[in-house]
Amino acid sequence: MSDYLIQFNNISKFFGKVIALKDVTMKLKKGEIMCLLGDNGAGKSTLIKTLAGVHRPDEGEIIVEGKKTIFDSPKDALDMGIATVYQDLALVSLMSVTRNFFMGREPMKGPPFFKTFDIEKANKIAAERMGQIGIDVRDPSQAVGTMSGGERQCLAISRAIYFGAKVLVLDEPTSALGVHQASVVLKYIVKAASQGLAVILITHNVHHAYPVGNSFTVLNRGKSLGTYEKKDISREKLLSMMAGGEELNKLEVELREMNRSPAN
Amino acid sequence: MSTKSKSIETKTDFNQDERLKKVSKLRLLLNRPELGALGGAILVFIFFGIVAGDTGMFSAYGVLNFLDVSANLGIIAIAAAMLMIGGEFDLSIGSMIGFAGICIAIPAIYWGWPLWMSIIFAFSMAVLVGYFNGILVVRTGLPSFIVTLAMLFILRGATLAITRLITGRTQVPGLRVLIEDDPLAWIFATDTFKWVFTWLGSMNLIALRTDGTPLATGIPPSVIWFIALAIITTWILMKTRYGNWIFASGGDKNGANNVGVPVGRVKISLFIGTAVAATIFATIQVLDAGSADTMRGTLKELEAIAAAVVGGCLLTGGYGSAIGAAFGALIFGTVSMGIFYTDVDTDWFKVFLGAMMLIAVIFNNYIRRKVTESK
Repeated sequence: MSDYLIQFNNISKFFGKVIALKDVTMKLKKGEIMCLLGDNGAGKSTLIKTLAGVHRPDEGEIIVEGKKTIFDSPKDALDMGIATVYQDLALVSLMSVTRNFFMGREPMKGPPFFKTFDIEKANKIAAERMGQIGIDVRDPSQAVGTMSGGERQCLAISRAIYFGAKVLVLDEPTSALGVHQASVVLKYIVKAASQGLAVILITHNVHHAYPVGNSFTVLNRGKSLGTYEKKDISREKLLSMMAGGEELNKLEVELREMNRSPAN
Repeated sequence: MSTKSKSIETKTDFNQDERLKKVSKLRLLLNRPELGALGGAILVFIFFGIVAGDTGMFSAYGVLNFLDVSANLGIIAIAAAMLMIGGEFDLSIGSMIGFAGICIAIPAIYWGWPLWMSIIFAFSMAVLVGYFNGILVVRTGLPSFIVTLAMLFILRGATLAITRLITGRTQVPGLRVLIEDDPLAWIFATDTFKWVFTWLGSMNLIALRTDGTPLATGIPPSVIWFIALAIITTWILMKTRYGNWIFASGGDKNGANNVGVPVGRVKISLFIGTAVAATIFATIQVLDAGSADTMRGTLKELEAIAAAVVGGCLLTGGYGSAIGAAFGALIFGTVSMGIFYTDVDTDWFKVFLGAMMLIAVIFNNYIRRKVTESK
């Protein structure tokens, strides 16, 4: 049995002539948070969809818990314990916390053919789970629309964990959040990892990624620029490795020039 | 967790609690989609109680009269509400009523089928039409408004053309004699609790005919169907997995799909539901009148949707209740009959219907903002 929970070896994905991913390699242990950094168009979305079983890689292999695996559908990935939380969170804002938490996987009770949705049990579990992450759901039958963005994100993550996720793939979980809300979500992600989950955190925000990540993989134009342990790389270095880094340097120089010229 | 962040959290919690407490009772009430319709129904009864309290509207006969009208509308309004919660419309309900009517009458009268077989045939056709509506909407991704609008014309036209082709007329009478001894028709054609009315009549508590039998003979089948459907659908929505899937499919199609809800199947089944409800409506009316009319059910789809909206359904799906639609139908039925007992010209009924719907939509929109706004 391998040390790694999930391994991606030389994954490539082509869409016609476009090379969306080329030779991307990454691996995660239990309890590890790996941040996947990259600018827009770096191939993050393609990689997520490959992880989630939406796309099949054209080259390379995916190894889950030591076994070579092919995901035929998102359900396959889910059954292997790889849960993806997309940016839209798959939450219905008009529905209650409980009904969202168990959407599609409702707990049932009663005799065969007369099974009913066990709403009391569902309410209890939902409130308990949300309580564990420090969100006090006063009434689990309140609509999700009344929750803040951070709380919704936590609900979606909590739901994935409850339903047996081993590898959590989070797509930009903090991008739409304010500073305080983002820190709540990041704290929860660290807590989830400490319970033995492997987390792949996809973001373009180095400031959110750096404090929580154990390792960092930088994607640029479909290729991996390598994976670095936290001790081997600084925040500034990471920032400049993303396509934005160079651009920002250039921008800085240009701005300096512009400031100088009116003075002259 | 550091002490600092803990103290911040408790502070915000305290603030939120304080803010919630002020509105919690109101909010709890507002969270129920049928609240508006329930309030509206109570107001309507108070109004007619004052205006028409002594006119016979609230005699046994009068009550059964407006209940019958409400129940007929309610049967299709409940199905329309379920579909609206699932995020779709069905504009072909009214045409389906006419179509189902001739599906019963033509085989029974012209082809010599037993009545029960014609009724089963009509329900089979309803399942087909509903399935066709559903699969078209799900597969093409076109708005159900357009797809079922097309079906509205197709079904009505086919009803008219087929009936004239086979019978040379647009009405098919002569069904009444077939009802007796039919093993199935009684479900749609029998007044129940007759003994209660006979007893009430013998006690001189309700109005009698000149021959001594009571004026109101029993609870009409539509009312029984209506109450049964309201109970079953409410149970489905609140207590079953399928109910949760209906809310999810209407609330966010993609989100529901991503977590494994079979959105397509849910929607198709709801389209079958509206077509079947239209057929229940048609069967009751055809057997009651003893004849099928190709124009039966015209504009009923809009009344059903209006009742569902008054009952708290959002036009965007994902929110609403079956019991609310039942109250909505009760409001419309009561007013449409009650207006005869007042001095008001009955022409004003449609004005009332429209105004009621406008108020309901504005109210619902406000509720939705309340429910979904972030703190």
